[in-house]
Amino acid sequence: MTTNLAATEETFVIKGRKVVGGRSEGEALVTTDTISGWGGINERDGSIIERLHELHGQSFADKVLIFPGAKGSSGWSAFFHMTRLNGVAPKAMIFNRMTTKIALGAVVTRVPAMTECDTDPIETIRTGDWVVVDADAGIITVTRRSES
Amino acid sequence: MRLTDHEKAMLDGQHGAARARAMDLLVRYGEALGAERLVETNNVAGAFNASTPSIRHIAEQGFDKVFSELNLDSDETVEIPRMAVPTCQLITGIDNDNWEVQGVDAGLAELQKQSERYLGQRGVNLMATCTPYQVGNVPVKGEHCAWMESSAVIYCNSVLGARTNVEGKESTGAAALTGRIPYWGYHLPENRFGSHLIELDIEVDDMMDWGLLGYFIGYAVEENIPVLKGASHQPTLIKLKHFGAAAASSGGVEMYHIPGVTPEADTLEAAFGPRSAVETIRYGAKERRETYEKIQSATDRKVDFIMLGCPHNSIEQMELIAHLLEGRKIHPDVQLWVHTPRAIRQVADRSGYCDIISAAGGVVMSDTCPAISRRLPPGVRVIATDSAKQAHYLPAIAKVQGWFGSVTDCVEAAVAGEWRGGVQ
Repeated sequence: MTTNLAATEETFVIKGRKVVGGRSEGEALVTTDTISGWGGINERDGSIIERLHELHGQSFADKVLIFPGAKGSSGWSAFFHMTRLNGVAPKAMIFNRMTTKIALGAVVTRVPAMTECDTDPIETIRTGDWVVVDADAGIITVTRRSES
Repeated sequence: MRLTDHEKAMLDGQHGAARARAMDLLVRYGEALGAERLVETNNVAGAFNASTPSIRHIAEQGFDKVFSELNLDSDETVEIPRMAVPTCQLITGIDNDNWEVQGVDAGLAELQKQSERYLGQRGVNLMATCTPYQVGNVPVKGEHCAWMESSAVIYCNSVLGARTNVEGKESTGAAALTGRIPYWGYHLPENRFGSHLIELDIEVDDMMDWGLLGYFIGYAVEENIPVLKGASHQPTLIKLKHFGAAAASSGGVEMYHIPGVTPEADTLEAAFGPRSAVETIRYGAKERRETYEKIQSATDRKVDFIMLGCPHNSIEQMELIAHLLEGRKIHPDVQLWVHTPRAIRQVADRSGYCDIISAAGGVVMSDTCPAISRRLPPGVRVIATDSAKQAHYLPAIAKVQGWFGSVTDCVEAAVAGEWRGGVQ
């Protein structure tokens, strides 16, 4: 964030529960669709491959991924695990619905992850917002450029 | 999380480095979930085999490295001891006999065989199927399990009344070495009641219709627990296997109730227990037709490849396919692969079914499937399958067009080289 843009930015804070600790920041990628791991993503480039998914063709590599939750195959964690080994993991994960797939997936992806937010992150955060996830403190700081 | 003295001892390394790494993962995983404790399990079904090109460079550092990294999420390579509890390998990447048909190179096929020897020496039962419940791993009601494979999990919870969440590669590795898994989700009786009522306005009887119903329900309820009302026909293992696999693919369904059929719901009231339905969803002729249209991803009626046996076929399905193919030849431009567990394949061989399928030009495969292996015959553009799950995943994974229909429609397409299926 550069100071000359400060007048055109708005910042707000969301509180939630730590799933995986740590602090990370990046550009938000928001979807209202749940995500499949195995059969839903390409673990070599971090892109969504599910045919009817609204992010079809887009990559979450180095983004803060904000999504309702995980669905589909039990290969979820293994595929997100491989995105870490391949260097195309998201920077952080924020999600609404806790399941074993997403808990294990977040743990082995080893990125800060949060859930149980005090406002719905899918509605309040927009793709392109700059998001700082401090999972240990339970705080998500969102900065929005007004032109976006 | 509260740990018992034995669990603390494992975490502290008193039972070796591998069990310490396993406990470390279970604690991280349990805390992520918000679980209060672990539960004992004596039934683990996971994915341990080294069978894909992406694992090859890890396997070059030894199979302890593969298990440590991919099954324990451990940066440190630890020596893997015998599994603590009964453990089986689910579906894998390579058919040990038909690897050349799959297009697998000899080195990778040999790697899988070496990996299997390593795993067998440590007590992993190499069932090599997505349907362990078809070949002898049939948990009893109430048994705590740690299973992967979404289609097996939904069968385990719903049809058998055993208790498992959808586990992953890493949590099943940790469970196999410790006999523990987080006590969370479907392990707790209060989380097993229905949430959504599905009212059936039409008869659902054949396998294709159970697949369509499952595919519809997955989109409708996502990760919730549907309760079916108005099922007019007694379903079988085959139909519930397809129904569950479809619901777990289009949504995240891990459990359902069919009052009078599944073991935790003698009645509609028992299915919901202290809860009441948050939503009632109707399934009629319109929903069936819309689901059928939604599942199709093909427009080209000239088919190249027919995939049968997802989830892996039972012996009755093998007999039906042999019957439909007897004395016929599949079209020269079409390849037909029929998938069944290796243990069932032996019965199918002995019964003459594999000979009939081979004589017609088909290949009977075991151990794997095209979606798991990501291997299809070269040049395939359009597939047809009797599996809603495979029709959901394979077009995305292999970038092909997909038709879905009945097993008869699929066999007729194999013979004609053209898709003529449809619904009334």
